[in-house]
Amino acid sequence: MSLNAVIAANRFGLGARPGELTQIARDPKAWLLNQVAQTQFTTVRSDGLLSSDQAFEALQSYQAARAAQRRADTAPNPAVNADERLRLADLVSQTTGREIEARIQHAVTTPAPFAERWVQFWSNHFTMAARNIQTTPFPGSFEREAIRPYVWGRFDELLVKADTHAGMLIYLDQAQSIGPNSQAAQSQQGRRRAAGLNENLAREILELHTLGADGGYSQADVTEFARALTGWTVAGPRLRRLAQGSKTGTTIFVQALHEPGSRTILGKKFPATGERQALDILAHLARQPSVAKRIAFKVAQHFVADDPPSALVARLDSSFSQSGGDLSVLARTLIQSPEAWAPEARKFKTPNDFLISTMRAGGASTASTQALRATFEQLGQTPWRAPSPKGWPDVASEWAAPDAILKRIDWANLAADVIGEAFQPIAFAETALGPALTDKTKLAISRAQTARQGIVLALMSPEFQRR
Amino acid sequence: MTNRRTLLTAGLSGLSLAILGGTASFAQASTGSGKFVFIILRGAMDGLTAVVPYGDANYRSLRGAIALDGPGGPNGTLPLVDGFGLHPSLREMHGLWQKGQMSFMHAGASPYRERSHFDAQDLLEAGTTELSSARSGWMNRALAMLPNGPSQEGVAIGRTIPLVLRGPAKATSWAPPLAPESDGDTLARLSDLYEGDAMLSNALATAIETDRIADGGNMLSGNEGRGRQGAYAPLASAAARILAAPGGPAGAVLSFEGWDTHANQGGAQGQLANRLEALDSAIKALREGLGSVWGSTTIVVATEFGRTVRINGTGGTDHGTGGVSFLLGGAVKGGRMLGDWPGLSHLYEDRDLIPANDVRQLFTQGLTNAWGLDRQAVLSHVFSV
Repeated sequence: MSLNAVIAANRFGLGARPGELTQIARDPKAWLLNQVAQTQFTTVRSDGLLSSDQAFEALQSYQAARAAQRRADTAPNPAVNADERLRLADLVSQTTGREIEARIQHAVTTPAPFAERWVQFWSNHFTMAARNIQTTPFPGSFEREAIRPYVWGRFDELLVKADTHAGMLIYLDQAQSIGPNSQAAQSQQGRRRAAGLNENLAREILELHTLGADGGYSQADVTEFARALTGWTVAGPRLRRLAQGSKTGTTIFVQALHEPGSRTILGKKFPATGERQALDILAHLARQPSVAKRIAFKVAQHFVADDPPSALVARLDSSFSQSGGDLSVLARTLIQSPEAWAPEARKFKTPNDFLISTMRAGGASTASTQALRATFEQLGQTPWRAPSPKGWPDVASEWAAPDAILKRIDWANLAADVIGEAFQPIAFAETALGPALTDKTKLAISRAQTARQGIVLALMSPEFQRR
Repeated sequence: MTNRRTLLTAGLSGLSLAILGGTASFAQASTGSGKFVFIILRGAMDGLTAVVPYGDANYRSLRGAIALDGPGGPNGTLPLVDGFGLHPSLREMHGLWQKGQMSFMHAGASPYRERSHFDAQDLLEAGTTELSSARSGWMNRALAMLPNGPSQEGVAIGRTIPLVLRGPAKATSWAPPLAPESDGDTLARLSDLYEGDAMLSNALATAIETDRIADGGNMLSGNEGRGRQGAYAPLASAAARILAAPGGPAGAVLSFEGWDTHANQGGAQGQLANRLEALDSAIKALREGLGSVWGSTTIVVATEFGRTVRINGTGGTDHGTGGVSFLLGGAVKGGRMLGDWPGLSHLYEDRDLIPANDVRQLFTQGLTNAWGLDRQAVLSHVFSV
C-alpha cells in the first residue's frame, strides 16, 4: 500500500475507518476528486433537527414564557425558576444536543471525509458560535443552511449566504443595527430608543471573512460598510410592524431601518440601491486580490502545514483568482498539488480531528452525545463554541499544550477499553495508519502490558496525533 | 434491551462500538452456591519473587541482587512448604496460608509459549489450548454450567468485560465512577515513544513534571495513577460488596495491571514489592468485605506468564514462561503446594522457569471448589482438555 492512501485518508480526510485504506489505495487522488462538487456528501441528515426559524421561534416562546412568569411573580419563586431551567435545558438539547450528534455521526460515518473536512474548514472560516442564550439555538442550523449547500460553489455566494443568515446576523449584532438617519430612527419611537449603528458584522466580514486584518481597509470603510448593512435583520417580535408578512426567524431587509445614501468603500462608490447595496459591496470584496491570497494561505495551512509551502499558496491563490473564487476548482487544485502529498505529516490534529479519527478507526457507528460533548469540552473544542468569531486556531502551538496532551492520554485510556474489545492493538494501528505506522511505534505497541495500553500507545503515537 | 456494558463504556469515553454482550441484574435470591473470584495480574508477575524457591541451589546465583532469603534471613520470606517462602509483603496471604485457606502452584503456565502480553492474556482467559477467533472465556463457560437462575452470572470490576467472562452466560461490569487517570507506566512508555519528537516529548515532559509538583512531589511508578495511588483494594472492596449483596452474582473478575517489571523491580522492597503489597491489601479487602460470605468463597490469582529467571542488565526481568498462581479463600482447603517443581538447574529455552504445570488444572480446582461442578465436566466442557 502506498503512503498516498494514508495521506488521502488522514491529511485530506478525517481518518480511515477499518478497511478504508485498502479501498483508497486503488487511486487516492481519484478517491478525493470524486468527493468534490458532490452536494450529497456535504448534506447531513436533518430529520428531527430544527431549522433556524423554528429554533428562533422556540427561543422566543421560551423567553416570552419567562417574561410572563417574572411579571406574575412578586417574590422569587424557586419552583418557577426550576421550571424555567427545565424549559431552557429542553430547548438547548432540542437544538445544540441533536445538532452536535448529527454532525459527529456524519463525520464518523461518512464515506467522503474530505468533503466533510472541507465543510468544517468553511464552517470555521465563517464561525457562528453559541455564546449566549440568544445564539445558542443557531450554529447547527446555520451550518446546515448557510455553509453545507454552498461549499462547492463560488466564494462570493458562500459569503452572502453565511453573512446574511439569521444566525450570523444575531451572532454579530447586525439584527439590531439601525441606520442613524433611517426612517425608523427618525421616528419619535426611534429617537426614544436611541437606536443606532452596530459595526460588529461589518468589521468581522472585512477582518475575518474577506480581506484580513492587514487587507488594506480603514475604520472609515468599516463604518461605511456598517451603514450599508443596516436594514438586514431578522424578522421577530420587535419588528412586528416593519416585518409584516415575513416568517419569524428569517432574514429580511427592512428599508425603514436602512441608512439612506450612497457609500464609499475601498475607494469605490456604491449608489443607494437599498437591499442591493450591501450585496454589491460583498461581491466587490470577494473579488479583492487580498481575499484570494488569504483564502489560499488558510487552505494550505489547514491541509498541509502550519507554515505552508509558498509555492502551494501561490498556486491556490491563482486558482482562486482565475476561477472567480470557484471552491470546487480550488479543492481540485489542492488535490493536484504535489506539496499536499509530502510524505511527512506536519499537521498536529486538533481535538476534533483526534476524536473523530479515533472513532473512525474504531469503526464506531453511533455516538453517545452527552459523553462526547463532555469529552470535546475537556479537550477544548466543543463544536460551535469557538471562543471568538475568529474561529478555532489551526496551528499546533495552540493545541499541543502539556495539559492538553495529558487530557488526550486520559481519554485515549477510556476509548481503548472500547476499541480493545473489537481489535488487537497491532491490527488496530495497522488499520488506522497503514504504512505510516513506524517500526518504533509498532514495537512499543507489541511490548505493551495490556491490549488497552497497546491501543493507548497507538492512539497517542506521533503518527496518529498528526495528519 | 439496551446493552448495559456499552452504555457504561460509552458513558465515560463517549465512544461506543457495536459490541455483543449480556445484560444482568442483581435483583433476586441466591442459589446458595459459593462465590468464585478470578484475579488477573496483567503484565506478568515475577513468580520467583512472589514465591521464592530459596531452597533451590541455583536460585541465588541466577537472581543476583534481587534474590530474597529464606525465613528469618535479612531479606527474609514468610515460610510456606520447605524450601519455599512467600514475599514479605504478602502478609494477609500468609495468614490465610497458616489458616489452611491458601495453596499455590509454581512453574505453572497456560499452553501459550510465546512472549506477547496480550496474546498470552487472551489464551489465559480463553482457557483453550490454542488462540482462536472464538471469543468466549472459561469463567463464562463455567457459569453457563450452573443451574439457570439469577445468580448464574458474573461481574467484571472495570470498565469493560474481559474475555474470561465473555460468552453465553450473563455478564456485566461495574466501574468506579471516576474516570481513571493515565498510569505512570503508560506515560513512561509514551515518553520513550516521543523521543526525537520535540513537540510531543517536551509537552509530555512538562505535563508530567507539573503533575508531579501538584501531587506533592511523588514520583509515579508502575500502575499508579496520576494524583492518587493506583490501589487495587478499592476495586476488591467493590467486588466484595457486589458479590455479598443478596442475590449477588456467582463470580467476579478483577484485573490488576502494572506487573511488567523490566527494570528496577526490587527485592524485599521496591517497585514489585509495592505491587505485591497492593495485591495483599486487595485480598484483605475481599475477605473483610465479603464478611460471612468469605467462608464460601474461592479465589484464583493468576498472571499471563512468568518472567526470566536471570536478572537482566537493568535490575529487572523479561517475559518468561512458568509462573506462580494462587488458590485461596474461606472455602479452600489449602496449605499445599500444587503441581510439580521442575527446579532451576535446567531452564526452558535456557531462560525461563520450565512450565511443568498447566494453570488450567488450578482453575478447574477453583471452579469445582466454588460451584460444586464436576471436575471431569469442567475439564471437558470448559477447558476441552
